[in-house]
Amino acid sequence: MDKTPEDNDYLDRTSDLKSIGKTNENPSFLEHRGNRKNFLTILNFFLLAIGGLLIISPLWWMVSTSLKTMAEVMSFPPSFWPENWLFSNYIRTWEAAPFTRYTINTLTITTLVVIGNVLSNSFIAYGFAKIPFKGKNILFAIVLATMMIPGFVTLIPQYVLFAKLNWINTYYPLFVPAFFGSAFNIFLLRQFYMTIPTELIEAAKIEGANHFYIWWKIGLPLTKPAIATVAIFSFNGAWNDFLGPLLYLNDENLYTLQIGLQVFKGQLSTQWNYLMAGSLIVLLPVILLFFFFQKYFIQGINLQSGGK
Amino acid sequence: MGKKRLTMRRKESIYGYIFVLPWIIGFLAFTAGPLVFSFAASFTNYNITSQMDFIGGENYKGLFTEDSLFWTSLWNTLYFVLFSVPLTTIGAIFLSALLNQDMPGIRFFRTLYYLPAVLSGVGVYMLWMQLLDPGTGMVNLVLSWFGIDGPNWLFDPNWTKPSLIFMKLWSVGGAMLLYLASMQGVSKNLYEAAEIDGANTWRKFFHITIPMITPVIFFDVVTSLIGGFQIFQEAYVMSNNGEGGPANSLLFYNLYMWKQAFTNFNMGYAMAMSWILFVIVFILTIFNLKLAPRWVHYEGEEK
Repeated sequence: MDKTPEDNDYLDRTSDLKSIGKTNENPSFLEHRGNRKNFLTILNFFLLAIGGLLIISPLWWMVSTSLKTMAEVMSFPPSFWPENWLFSNYIRTWEAAPFTRYTINTLTITTLVVIGNVLSNSFIAYGFAKIPFKGKNILFAIVLATMMIPGFVTLIPQYVLFAKLNWINTYYPLFVPAFFGSAFNIFLLRQFYMTIPTELIEAAKIEGANHFYIWWKIGLPLTKPAIATVAIFSFNGAWNDFLGPLLYLNDENLYTLQIGLQVFKGQLSTQWNYLMAGSLIVLLPVILLFFFFQKYFIQGINLQSGGK
Repeated sequence: MGKKRLTMRRKESIYGYIFVLPWIIGFLAFTAGPLVFSFAASFTNYNITSQMDFIGGENYKGLFTEDSLFWTSLWNTLYFVLFSVPLTTIGAIFLSALLNQDMPGIRFFRTLYYLPAVLSGVGVYMLWMQLLDPGTGMVNLVLSWFGIDGPNWLFDPNWTKPSLIFMKLWSVGGAMLLYLASMQGVSKNLYEAAEIDGANTWRKFFHITIPMITPVIFFDVVTSLIGGFQIFQEAYVMSNNGEGGPANSLLFYNLYMWKQAFTNFNMGYAMAMSWILFVIVFILTIFNLKLAPRWVHYEGEEK
């Protein structure tokens, strides 16, 4: 890998397939291929447009349902377009359950998880990528192997561990492990560190810098794009985490948005307008994050596929 | 000189260990330690509070011979994996082929198809519970336009698992991007050469594109198999706090394990279950790795 992953924005780059066929010197052959190509392009466009409608319609349905009255939700057949746009549904939803508390709790955990993941994984990945030491390959193989362990195999004994530490009903089980690195993020950041020339680090060492200094002053700044990717994936993971809070939090004051939404569902049963408003409130930060930082989502995928 | 180099190397090694130390601690505390404990406890009647007596292979014997819910949950999980893995893989490849074109609006389409893949959690499950609602949902409304009388989805034991598979297909965009990245890495010289030989679009797709992306197909199949066996949250949320759906049709392996561990506090029993799952996943992964050289094409083999 000699190009930096930044160069590969797969959403922007279009393939060079269009140049195919144009080198041929037989004009009638060219024309024939050209027509066929146009037909295929149009067919392709229609397929994508229909598929696109199918993909986006659930999200529109969520918005539309969240703005309806309950009578309109229940009316048959249901419609794609709300009669009256009841934005007040959002205010009523927000007030119907302690969503403010849930949001603060979720943000607290999410922030700690993001900080933990960024610091620990960057630190560990630097060691695996840039410092030679005995047993490194074996250790890295173990890192990769841990990705194959089904989560539930460690979930139950971890619960026992955290229960014995009296960590039930605290946030510790949810964020402490983030400070000790995770296989996927180590792998992702190591891939990125590999693209940084070793000469740069050698030069800094000749100047008298030690590895801590080099990691902090050179490693972190140079891997910013990959760190952004890890931060966004971690945010997404912690924000959407359901299993952890479900297992470790019993006190309602500690509930996160995911658990809160589940409880809200239990209370409202089929009042879909409020339920969809609540769902959208919880999903909105992730949707916004996606539109603002799309590039880093793509990069995560890119780093993943570069490592086969 | 030689001695100095040696001490330099030793110093480097010490730095190396310091850098990976957090992972080693985390691995011992949160993975290796729990694994050892879990394996030992799977041969006991551990219930986290009062008892932990060695009972030999009773848990395993009981699971295989006396527990019909164990078999139900295993069957449900296999059903889900058998349909969801091939469908999402083929869907993602097909979609990325459509999106690997140069045409107006392609960037918009790629963003659109990827969006559902970043959404997850209870919000998405509730959305699908509404979409699949037989009376007020969108899916049956759209089906009715084509004269199709939609099923009761999450209320009909025959349709609960297909419901979840549809939901998975909605977020096929994640794998799609993985394939797209790989397809764009295929050298265009190969296509040009095939073009000169008169190969059409289909031939190029099946004889160039597919073989060139087999490493990513392999990666996708291996990870989605491991992930598929661990389905839990969807079933928990979409079957009223983990009841397991009508006729236990959504009682997946992990959901049953969860109930044994955290509802009944049969911890030893649940841990035995987790090891059976581990073995299943392990065997499948080894099988995949052994099979890989037969169909996975590594260009240049230099990696």
